[in-house]
Amino acid sequence: MNLSLLIIIPTIFSLLLLFVNGLKQVRTVSLIAALLQFAMSIYLIVKYFAERAVNKAPFLFEQHYEWFKTPNINYHVGVDGVSVAMIALTAFVILAGVLVSWKMEKLNKEFFFLLLFLSIGAYGFFISLDLFTMFFFLEVAVIPKFILIGIWGSGRKEYSAMKLILMLMAGSALIFVGLAGLYFNTSGNGSFDMLKIASDNISPELQRLFFPFVFIGFGIFTALFPFHTWVPDGHSSAPTAASMFLAGISMKLGGYGCLRAATYMMPEGAAFYSDAIIILACIGILYGAFATMMQTDLKYINAYSSVSHNGFVLLGIGLLTKTAITGAVLQMISHGLMTALFFAVIGMIYDRTHTREVAKMSGLLKITPFISSAFVIVGLVSLGLPGFSGFVAEMTVFMGGWQKGNMFYYVATIAACASIVVTAVYILRVIGSVIMGPLKVNGNEQVVYADATWYEKSSIVLLMAGILVVGILPFAVLRLIS
Amino acid sequence: MGGYEHTLWTLFLPVISFVLLGLFGRKYFSKSAGLIGVFLLLLTTALSLYTAYQYFFVNGLVDGIYQKIDAFKFTWLTFSPGVSIDMGIMLDPISVMMLVVVSSVSLMVHIFSLGYMKGEERFATYYSFLGLFTFAMLGLVVSSNLFQMYMFWELVGISSYLLIGFHFQRPSAVAASKKAFIVTRFADLGFLIGILMLAFYGGSLDFNTIIQHLSAQQSSAYLAATTASFLGVTALTWGLTLVFMGGAGKSAMFPLHVWLPDAMEGPTPVSALIHAATMVVAGVYLVARLFPLYALNGASLEIVLNVGLFTALFAAIIACTQTDIKRVLAYSTMSQIGFMMFALGVSGTQGEQGLGYTASMFHLFTHAFFKSLLFLGAGAVIHFVHSNEMKDMGGLRKWMPLTHLAFLIACLAIAGIPPFAGFFSKEEILLATYNKSIWVYAIALITSGLTAFYMFRLYFSIFWRKEYNGHSHPHEGTMSMKIPLIILAVCSALVGLIPFGKFVSVGNQPLETHFHLMFSILPIIIGVAGILIALLMYKKENDRPQNMAQAFGNFYRAAKNRFYMDELYLFVTKNIIFKWVGRPSAWFDRKVVDGSMDEIANLTLETSKAIKGLQSGKVQRYAMYFFGGIAFLIILFVYILK
Amino acid sequence: MIPVSHILILSATLFFIGMYGFVTRKNLITMLMSLELMLNSVNINFVAFNKYLYPGKLDGIFFTIFIIAVAAAEAAVAISIIINLYRTHKTIDVGAATELKH
Repeated sequence: MNLSLLIIIPTIFSLLLLFVNGLKQVRTVSLIAALLQFAMSIYLIVKYFAERAVNKAPFLFEQHYEWFKTPNINYHVGVDGVSVAMIALTAFVILAGVLVSWKMEKLNKEFFFLLLFLSIGAYGFFISLDLFTMFFFLEVAVIPKFILIGIWGSGRKEYSAMKLILMLMAGSALIFVGLAGLYFNTSGNGSFDMLKIASDNISPELQRLFFPFVFIGFGIFTALFPFHTWVPDGHSSAPTAASMFLAGISMKLGGYGCLRAATYMMPEGAAFYSDAIIILACIGILYGAFATMMQTDLKYINAYSSVSHNGFVLLGIGLLTKTAITGAVLQMISHGLMTALFFAVIGMIYDRTHTREVAKMSGLLKITPFISSAFVIVGLVSLGLPGFSGFVAEMTVFMGGWQKGNMFYYVATIAACASIVVTAVYILRVIGSVIMGPLKVNGNEQVVYADATWYEKSSIVLLMAGILVVGILPFAVLRLIS
Repeated sequence: MGGYEHTLWTLFLPVISFVLLGLFGRKYFSKSAGLIGVFLLLLTTALSLYTAYQYFFVNGLVDGIYQKIDAFKFTWLTFSPGVSIDMGIMLDPISVMMLVVVSSVSLMVHIFSLGYMKGEERFATYYSFLGLFTFAMLGLVVSSNLFQMYMFWELVGISSYLLIGFHFQRPSAVAASKKAFIVTRFADLGFLIGILMLAFYGGSLDFNTIIQHLSAQQSSAYLAATTASFLGVTALTWGLTLVFMGGAGKSAMFPLHVWLPDAMEGPTPVSALIHAATMVVAGVYLVARLFPLYALNGASLEIVLNVGLFTALFAAIIACTQTDIKRVLAYSTMSQIGFMMFALGVSGTQGEQGLGYTASMFHLFTHAFFKSLLFLGAGAVIHFVHSNEMKDMGGLRKWMPLTHLAFLIACLAIAGIPPFAGFFSKEEILLATYNKSIWVYAIALITSGLTAFYMFRLYFSIFWRKEYNGHSHPHEGTMSMKIPLIILAVCSALVGLIPFGKFVSVGNQPLETHFHLMFSILPIIIGVAGILIALLMYKKENDRPQNMAQAFGNFYRAAKNRFYMDELYLFVTKNIIFKWVGRPSAWFDRKVVDGSMDEIANLTLETSKAIKGLQSGKVQRYAMYFFGGIAFLIILFVYILK
Repeated sequence: MIPVSHILILSATLFFIGMYGFVTRKNLITMLMSLELMLNSVNINFVAFNKYLYPGKLDGIFFTIFIIAVAAAEAAVAISIIINLYRTHKTIDVGAATELKH
């Protein structure tokens, strides 16, 4: 399978978008692009399983081209199970994102163009085996978000867009410092190649020096406490599809980066800072959950809960056991699907009620049963109900944490476990006041809204299917990512 | 061991009901949903009964011991070698017994709801939730793996949540459903941590393996678990106590009981199924499942005993003062579960000493029938009176003769009057406690007297006391509501005659239980005395109840207000968690963390403003800087950094 | 032979005179002249060092010629700017030309 196709197809289609006009044509082209990506990701999974059965190399489908000869920068791509899973996640979210933006009127061509552009960045990031290429695609996936929030956003959009981009850029700067440090300390002439860096065994002192740069840099992307403050503002100002992408994929770029670029290449550094990461992750988990409890805006609620949920990713990575890291990867997949669905549903509610204040609406189940049921279900996913993806992921992390067998890890695991109660509190509060109760929106008891349309339904069903597959058949997903 | 593959279908059929009615019910089966649900449940019940027959009478007993049979096993999720979640179906006496209880009570509730829920807008959704609950509960009882049990444990929790909040437009129902889920979730936190501990020391999540590893006194796992300690308590005790905390939450043991009375906001058949017969006994079942470990660990068994005993008495006292008939039943449920708990608490592991275990399971079994009958009877009454309050009832025996009779049988059963079912199981419990400790026996005896009193208080208040003078015209329900009442009444009258010890006992070895006539006299006298007092006070309207209440004064008021437990919880959540944890976190985030980020941005802006003056546009000023800079560099490099 | 220090003192004096003029004068033409003065002091340095350190080579001389050429071009550009400034601002006072900062 030619991995470059993952980049080429969205590129071709985003260029194609420049030549069509009108919402109908634009969205048709985008939908075809998203569907193609989706089909490709499924094909990739199938091919990967087939190839993995016979090939034991750490990365499959590798491709290697020279890019900048002098500084030894190469276009080097390849996938393992984790990246395949992430690619599939991206394809799911992009397809769902295109579907929920079906009625996007304002500057639609530009909007869909940027959406496809983001997907190029995400795919490129997940398949890169060369740190510079990886960094390049990371930036590709960051910049369009500024425009997406700034133009199509709501609320304090300029402020949020600026905050988001500045913090993510600061993260990128840190990452680059770390990567440059790695580059100049490999044997030979300096290399950005991950496999080479990993096999080079950079001395522990240097690992300890560079690890924080890379880890905190990527940590900013994945809402590492206390660098998470872009999350609530950025998510809540972004248009629905961009929120989905931001929370569903962009935060996973960070998690994946922490795993691949930081932990995988600097194991000694990771071991050295493990305790600090665990402490920060646990603070993030609990504190994010408590902060969520006091929010009144639906998007803020989901954004803060993302901080809490991403804490599990960081916790899993920080624990450094195989089980815990598996749990972290599962949590990335699970949170990506879940939060994308959550934002999609919140967007649908907002389209109808024109408010996101929890206090201003109640009893939506009566008039919009489909959307409301989806909201309830995604809430249950969020609070970790068995049968859905969140449960599997969280339990795997807990199990991994406890197996370290030491009082410090016990306390950390218990703290993380405690968050499931707080999560239940805030999720049920929201469901109780928005979905249940007597019908009332903006003080009006006689409101009528249309239930979900076909494109909304299909995006919900799509993401839900992903969640259920992970939740009910975790052994299949584990076979992929282990 | 083969021949049990069909048990898988007992789980699948309710799932089919759930998925089919949940997804398509609204559109296609809005009328026929009930019949579909009943049909599928009928098949499930038939399969469970067949399984029970096959297990107990055909091939379960090998060499005088009931074997544990893995009917099905499948590795669902592997954490690390040895530690994995296996989805399995394990058959042993208690799980087979529970299969029968759950499926048959569920079937009765399905049938009863045909009439009770008729005309509801979300009729199909209701049945799909019932299907989900039945599936989850059956999955729970056949679990072969601790974690599998936890998963189904959560699923029953969520189906209970959905069903309590079924009338979602009533704010009180929404609040009750939230409360139920959150309180049990809190308890589940303990359960989860307990699982992690047991899994860590037991090296597995499989029930049999954990029990094997941790009950062999010489094994390294046992030694590790009993030597490691925290706050002076061994890890094994911690683990078991935390697991019990989960059980206590589900089974509404003090102090985690506050959700159960509120849960009565759900439709009454749901209360009968979930909050009386099946889900709330899950905690007892859990302790019974891990009983070999509890029995070896005196400290945790002591906790089970004391919590159970206290709850039994505490709830019985409150039940005497409540006026909402469903709440009386809820407290009575708590009290009866307390009985089951402390019966486990006094049990030993072998032969006659293990009587408590048998008694507890026996009481669970009989309680399921008479308590669900009480709830369904109460449901029939509420359905036609449109009120839960005792003061709106009275004299109903003339209008609803069948319900009256069924209710009377159930009351006699719970009061422990021979030959009804409750008598036998309660006798065994009392006997087991008598063998263990006279104090426990005394408290149990007082509680059973109270039980007789409050149940007959309820009975007389509903069916006697005064002529009915309400606005509605109560009458018997439809056929679908009558049939379950009749069947359950027959069961409540007769299931006590089953020689239960032959089937369920602690070592899975058939146990001969003896009936001691002399011993039974005292409990019977106390039960009859309770009934007589209730008769005096409530059969006709009089002012004895008021006088009595005044005589008890503050104690009565405290009991009527449920000893202010709800207020205490409200205080803790509202004033402590929200005010002192939630709000400061949110404030801290906006003001400190976010504020410092904004401050960094501001600082940059301020700095740029401050140094903007340097960029004056005056060429000569620039030249000055330029020359100054050169001079500085020259001095630096020539004189300082030579 | 005149010691090299004499020549260096001369060039340094010229340089500082030029610098002083450049910083203090308001008239752009005068400033340009001061600039030329500084350039010429550099030229003297080049020539002097060439003569005293590498008598056999011509590198210093070439550099001087090069600087003179650049200075001439620069003067041409500067004068044209000054003329333009005069046309728009009716003055060649340097204090008037601060628009670039905006």
